[in-house]
Amino acid sequence: MTLLGSAAAVSAFAGTAGAPSGPAADPKCYSAVVNEWMCKDYFVDRQDELIAATREHLAITIFAVLLGLVLAIPLALLARRSARVEGVVLAICTGIYTIPSLALFPLIVPFTGLSRTTVIIGIALYSLTILVRNTTEGLRGVPDDVIESATGLGYSRTRMLLRIELPLALPVIMAGLRIATVSAVALTTVGALVAYGGLGNLLYNGVTTDFRAQVLAAALICVAIAVLLDVLLLLLQKGLTPWTRGRAGRAA
Amino acid sequence: MNLFADTWAYLTDWSNWTGDGGLLQLLVEQLLLTFTALAIALVVGLPIALWLGHLGRGGFLAINISGAGRAIPTFAVLALLVLWEPVGYGEFGPFGRAGLATLIALALFALPPIVTNTYVGVDQVPRDIREAADGMGMRGSQKFSRVELPLASPLIVAGVRLALVQVWATATIAALVGGPGLGNVITAGFFNGDYPRGLAGAVVVAVVALMLELLSAWAQRAVQSRALPDTRGSKPRDTEGDTNEASTNPGSGTGGSAGDDRRVVRG
Repeated sequence: MTLLGSAAAVSAFAGTAGAPSGPAADPKCYSAVVNEWMCKDYFVDRQDELIAATREHLAITIFAVLLGLVLAIPLALLARRSARVEGVVLAICTGIYTIPSLALFPLIVPFTGLSRTTVIIGIALYSLTILVRNTTEGLRGVPDDVIESATGLGYSRTRMLLRIELPLALPVIMAGLRIATVSAVALTTVGALVAYGGLGNLLYNGVTTDFRAQVLAAALICVAIAVLLDVLLLLLQKGLTPWTRGRAGRAA
Repeated sequence: MNLFADTWAYLTDWSNWTGDGGLLQLLVEQLLLTFTALAIALVVGLPIALWLGHLGRGGFLAINISGAGRAIPTFAVLALLVLWEPVGYGEFGPFGRAGLATLIALALFALPPIVTNTYVGVDQVPRDIREAADGMGMRGSQKFSRVELPLASPLIVAGVRLALVQVWATATIAALVGGPGLGNVITAGFFNGDYPRGLAGAVVVAVVALMLELLSAWAQRAVQSRALPDTRGSKPRDTEGDTNEASTNPGSGTGGSAGDDRRVVRG
């Protein structure tokens, strides 16, 4: 199959490269004349590069989402103090969300330079937006009678928040966290602008050098990371909120 | 800081705006790309989503297409399209270099918010309202055009608005693969060490993005008050897709859906 594929690729290139050199001359599925999309040799030869890029990608994504989460919860708690504060916070969040990532990173560069921090802060701002919105929405969804019961039982504000409100809002917050994480994986690629894009660096390099195997590999790993993190967070949510499954079962 | 002064100088120098490859030309190019792609996505996505919503089928597709749209990096899709021979780098009419690849990627990434919000909008029309329409003797097509479509329109417009934001962002990223648009000012600045230029490009892109957002928010409010006149007095709810999508996700629990149900039932 590899042989057939490379033969096809060579014949496709024959128009530009003159006489085809034949697949046997170069067993590799990537070279000056062969440019296949799926290429096992590429995965073997560039293993270190791929692993390093994947690692950096994961690190940027996870740090960014954690930073966003750490900032979002207090902001959401602040926002629900009054409708006006909530309006201002949500308006700022929507504003940030509107700015394209390729434009947001440059706006951070004057403060943090061409660094990993720039990319992390940029993506954290996007995560923040999603998380603030879902946290306020989740807290608002806590039924009034539950709050009244807890007040009647003598719960303090802090205890109410930690024991009643946040746990009940958790499914919605976790849904936001999943959206934020999956988006962050995709957004990290744009960090290639400041040379800290994880797999985005490979995408950029692959486009400039017309290297198909590298572009497809980086794209597939990106999607795989996103799906993997999404599933992990879903399992975490199921573990943290066992009551939601029971309720859904009863409802159905 | 000097960088800000230089950026300001770049932005206020009129010669950077005019001429071939100037900011104005790139701005027009990117706006043209954005609205063409949005139109393509509407022509393709809207009928399918409306029809599926009317039938109440295909919810799986409508909800998962958003997840897929988020998980697949726009940069990767642009890169794949540009290296894929049938599409490639070539000039494409007024859309510039790699114009076709950019247009395809933009239209693809405009589809998820449009399809999801339209489907959810039509699908969430309460059963008793549909039954009332049946009871009044409305045919399927009448029910669709007089009941479902008006009630769904606020969510549909919210989806189009989200798509617009998404398309503008993707059009900017196109510059990373040598494509058209204002992103070129950013990439040219950054990859050549001319940071004031890169920053100036980013400022223009961000300002236009915010203006598009404000304009579409205004348009959305106009549609919303026409569709649901009794909500005019109340605080306009943020109908961004995230909470909508979260609430339509079966795993998201009951908290989020309360808000959406309220909004639809209100009509």
